[in-house]
Amino acid sequence: MKEYRTINKIAGPLVFVEKTEPVGYEELVNIVQSDGTVKRGQVLDTSDDFVVVQVFESTAGIGRDSGVRFTGETIKMPVSRDMLGRILSGAGKPKDGGPDIVPEKRLDIGGAAINPYARQSPADFIQTGISTIDATNTLVRGQKLPIFSGSGLPHNEIALQIARQARVPGSTEDFAVVFAAMGITKEEENQFMADFERTGALEHAVVFLNLADDPAVERIITPRLALTTAEYLAFELGYHVLVILTDMTNYCEALRQIGAAREEVPGRRGYPGYMYTDLASLYERAGLIKGLKGSVTQLSILTMPGDDITHPIPDLSGYITEGQIVVNRDLHRKGIYPPINVLPSLSRLMNNGIGEGKTREDHKKVTDQMYAGYAEGNDLRGLVAIVGKDALSERDQRLLEFADHFENRFVRQGHDENRTIEDSLDLAWELLATLPEELLVRIDRGLIQKYHPKYRKEA
Amino acid sequence: MEVKGNSKGILKRISGPVVTAVGLNAHMYDVVQVGDEELMGEVIRIEGDKTIIQVYENTSGIRPGEPVANTGLSLAVELGPGLLTSIYDGIQRPLEVLVSKMGNFIERGVTAPGLSHEKLWEFVPVVKKGDSVVAGTVIGEVQETNILTKIMVSPRSKGGVITDIKSGEFTIDDVVCTLDTGEEIKMMQVWPVRVPRPVTEKMNPDIPLITGQRILDGLFPIAKGGTAAIPGPFGSGKTVTQQALAKWSDAQIVVYIGCGERGNEMTEVLTEFPELEDPKSGKPLMERTVLIANTSNMPVAAREASVYTGITIAEYFRDMGFDVSLMADSTSRWAEAMREISSRLEEMPGEEGYPAYLAARLSEFYERAGRVETLNHESGSVTVIGAVSPPGGDFSEPVTQNTLRIVKCFWALDAKLSQRRHFPAINWLNSYSLYLDTLSKWYDENVSPEWNGLRIWAMEVLQKEAELQEIVQLVGSDALPDEEQITIEVARMLREIFLQQNAFDPVDTYCSMEKQYDIMKAIKNYAVLAYGAQKLGVPPTKITTIAAKNDLPQVKFMTEYKEEVARINKAMETEVGKLKEAYQK
Ligand SMILES: Nc1ncnc2c1ncn2[C@@H]1O[C@H](COP(=O)(O)OP(=O)(O)OP(=O)(O)O)[C@@H](O)[C@H]1O
Ligand SMILES: Nc1ncnc2c1ncn2[C@@H]1O[C@H](COP(=O)(O)OP(=O)(O)O)[C@@H](O)[C@H]1O
Ligand SMILES: [Mg+2]
Ligand SMILES: [Mg+2]
Repeated sequence: MKEYRTINKIAGPLVFVEKTEPVGYEELVNIVQSDGTVKRGQVLDTSDDFVVVQVFESTAGIGRDSGVRFTGETIKMPVSRDMLGRILSGAGKPKDGGPDIVPEKRLDIGGAAINPYARQSPADFIQTGISTIDATNTLVRGQKLPIFSGSGLPHNEIALQIARQARVPGSTEDFAVVFAAMGITKEEENQFMADFERTGALEHAVVFLNLADDPAVERIITPRLALTTAEYLAFELGYHVLVILTDMTNYCEALRQIGAAREEVPGRRGYPGYMYTDLASLYERAGLIKGLKGSVTQLSILTMPGDDITHPIPDLSGYITEGQIVVNRDLHRKGIYPPINVLPSLSRLMNNGIGEGKTREDHKKVTDQMYAGYAEGNDLRGLVAIVGKDALSERDQRLLEFADHFENRFVRQGHDENRTIEDSLDLAWELLATLPEELLVRIDRGLIQKYHPKYRKEA
Repeated sequence: MEVKGNSKGILKRISGPVVTAVGLNAHMYDVVQVGDEELMGEVIRIEGDKTIIQVYENTSGIRPGEPVANTGLSLAVELGPGLLTSIYDGIQRPLEVLVSKMGNFIERGVTAPGLSHEKLWEFVPVVKKGDSVVAGTVIGEVQETNILTKIMVSPRSKGGVITDIKSGEFTIDDVVCTLDTGEEIKMMQVWPVRVPRPVTEKMNPDIPLITGQRILDGLFPIAKGGTAAIPGPFGSGKTVTQQALAKWSDAQIVVYIGCGERGNEMTEVLTEFPELEDPKSGKPLMERTVLIANTSNMPVAAREASVYTGITIAEYFRDMGFDVSLMADSTSRWAEAMREISSRLEEMPGEEGYPAYLAARLSEFYERAGRVETLNHESGSVTVIGAVSPPGGDFSEPVTQNTLRIVKCFWALDAKLSQRRHFPAINWLNSYSLYLDTLSKWYDENVSPEWNGLRIWAMEVLQKEAELQEIVQLVGSDALPDEEQITIEVARMLREIFLQQNAFDPVDTYCSMEKQYDIMKAIKNYAVLAYGAQKLGVPPTKITTIAAKNDLPQVKFMTEYKEEVARINKAMETEVGKLKEAYQK
């Protein structure tokens, strides 16, 4: 392979190379430093005058004397069944002292789009044991449902609790976890790894670790390696794969850094104009395919800068993912775990996974009613602060109390408390029963008579 | 595709979906074949010897020096029997065929025609030898699905006298009719997507598109041939609303464009529509539907093309005399595709990085909607309903603002409403329809002479509630005068019973005009009774808590609801009557 020594400019993570033979767009590049270290990069722009290479590691040590080798192929990931149980770096190299991965296949990490015609609609209810997910924002197999959180909030605990407890009732199929960390701290890493080891989850997991002190640009490929592995496990080996990507905010920062180095016209708040498309190329790599056994379910975590859900990172994510679980600082301050605020949370695929034969016939309507009651009760809190409780009508006082019950009994649960969906729905009815029956306008009479505690007792 | 002489060039630069070629003799918007794999692209700029091309497929691995060939053709779609029930990508490649050619993932370099060129269709002529025809004349019919589609003379034909016309089974490439000019007419037409198909005349849209959605038909109706925008933050209900319209609106043909959105949403349409019945014809909804799916992770250049592909197909059915409705979800993703391409071209950016021609492109697109007299002198229409996805839900951004200047219906989705699961989360205070006046006659004649009055009354109550809510925020609801406490209750009924409509309830997902009227009328009946009683001194807490009205919300979920509404109306009268008696004494 020809080695060029024609680097003429280095700017941030970008290296400009001149006088090359024709080089392919997005081709993998190896840069050889004078000390022999080899760094990897990818072609971002290619012409007969110059080639722009984005380096995935620190450019420290790269100079005009470094050699550049164009490999003639796009970045491939060696994959194999033996990856289960392994810990790899954010660039896919073994980090656990184990041997190199002996590839069964080498796959393009870019990942082609699943043909919408080949997709199968996700519809299998996953029970996570958490009421605010199972009852009110149901997760289904093959869904991409991120956790929108804020710094210092217990999103990792929630993700781990989900990873521990998630199961499809009645199913015994092979499952695997693919965990990709992007820019998380050593402490967070320990938290995840200790939990994986304690529960034996590591055996079924492939872990990719890019930590806070690892190169930021490496974060561009880490999730792609993880998703390529997940797709292989799911669509070629038939596993049901849960992918946890954390923290997507760090991924987006890396994207912004590259955009700035390329002197692109920035979009909102300095993030690249193509961030939506770029994020879609990750998030859309989830789902089911007709006729194939496995599935890829995505649970990404992102921290909202300034707890602002309209910030471009959560905003663009929310426009692509199939809902979001929003972790809230006020609930956290009140000491409620998991501090999930159901109001801005949403599971878009919920309707496919619930109801008769899946969870329970009353599920949808009960949820709607809980939302309506909690939203109204929550609004009244502001009013009470001004006019006092006595100025409220009887109806409003009940709603106000309902909002408290909702947070303290329905939202709040233990770190290891694994509620069945029946538990969660029955609990919902118990709370709804504290409201006057004529307020339950979202639920058909038939269901009320079947499930309302008042009638259940009579029966 | 035939390659003309001197129209070969070589690639000079590749940067994402935009590539530069030199030595190519090309015109703007010519379709070219890029690289050894002959990827499809379109010329979007010419600068001296350089031709800039947007490529509809992924360009990884393509190198400078590879060939580029000009086809000399514009980006066009195939129009003819076989469109209905199809699902295409942004450049009309049938996704079903792509699965059979390259498996579950979309690889590149595979072409597939939009229509089957092998399939035989039964062509039934409706004109005969010796008849003269002009551009747009319907010459025959094909039973494509349960829908009888028309075969027309091309809009570009000069017309003539028929010297031969066939009857029987043919492919879309067979000649079914010959004119004395020598022109041979086939069942397929090819039309460039960026050029609107001609019509005789645009007409005033004065018939509503009935959607079965109470807040739309009731408060903010759209006309057949009209335009509407649905802006809203993520999760507020753009897609669900668009899908409800695709399912239940009384259009004869539906074109649904998934432009840069989720793969699973298209799959859902594909699985659901064949199972659902058109409330009018009783036939599977899929049979009247054409889907375009260029999801967020499919190439952006093809996303840019997808709305043109969709609207051209819609116009083609309009030309047959059909009422077509087109949903584009989301026009913001289309605008972003323009922005992405524009920034690769290093064009001078306008507002928020969008190209300066954003407003022009949006208005050209919506301008292709309309109720028209076709070339064949029939009436047809294309209704365009575009979702808008403003960043951060902020409507002051360029795509929303430029869209607002063009469309006549504005259905503003509101995160506050969706968060409390008030669906459809269309804000009744911000939304509007500019068709109210032109449509009121239709409602008078076809629903009830009372209808327009009821609508105005309902809007007034809701407006009044918003004002009262401000006072309530300061002093609490108990401090309101008696009359206004009743207004608050009536407004609540309007919101919870009339406006809220669950798209996932098998009954409530569609509500006929008659049922809309009955529900609205029952709420009005209550209001009249309530104010009457209050004037006689009955305390509002008594009036607003009568048991009889508690059953009204349930009516939404009932198919046979008529008797129940009558019973409720009566019971309300009785119960309020008793209250009045008690307090008169
Ligand atoms: N119970 C309800 N059901 C449905 N919609 C409601 C309800 N209450 C309020 N809305 C709608 O939500 C909108 C916002 O209501 P609200 O008065 O709580 O907020 P605001 O004062 O306008 O905003 P902010 O709190 O940001 O200052 C109202 O204009 C109304 O359209
Ligand atoms: N009319 C409706 N009835 C019931 N639920 C609805 C309705 N409209 C929206 N929803 C709920 O809101 C969610 C988000 O709607 P969607 O149309 O996907 O939002 P958007 O396209 O604006 O991001 C849906 O998954 C559904 O749960
Ligand atoms: Mg949507
Ligand atoms: Mg307010």
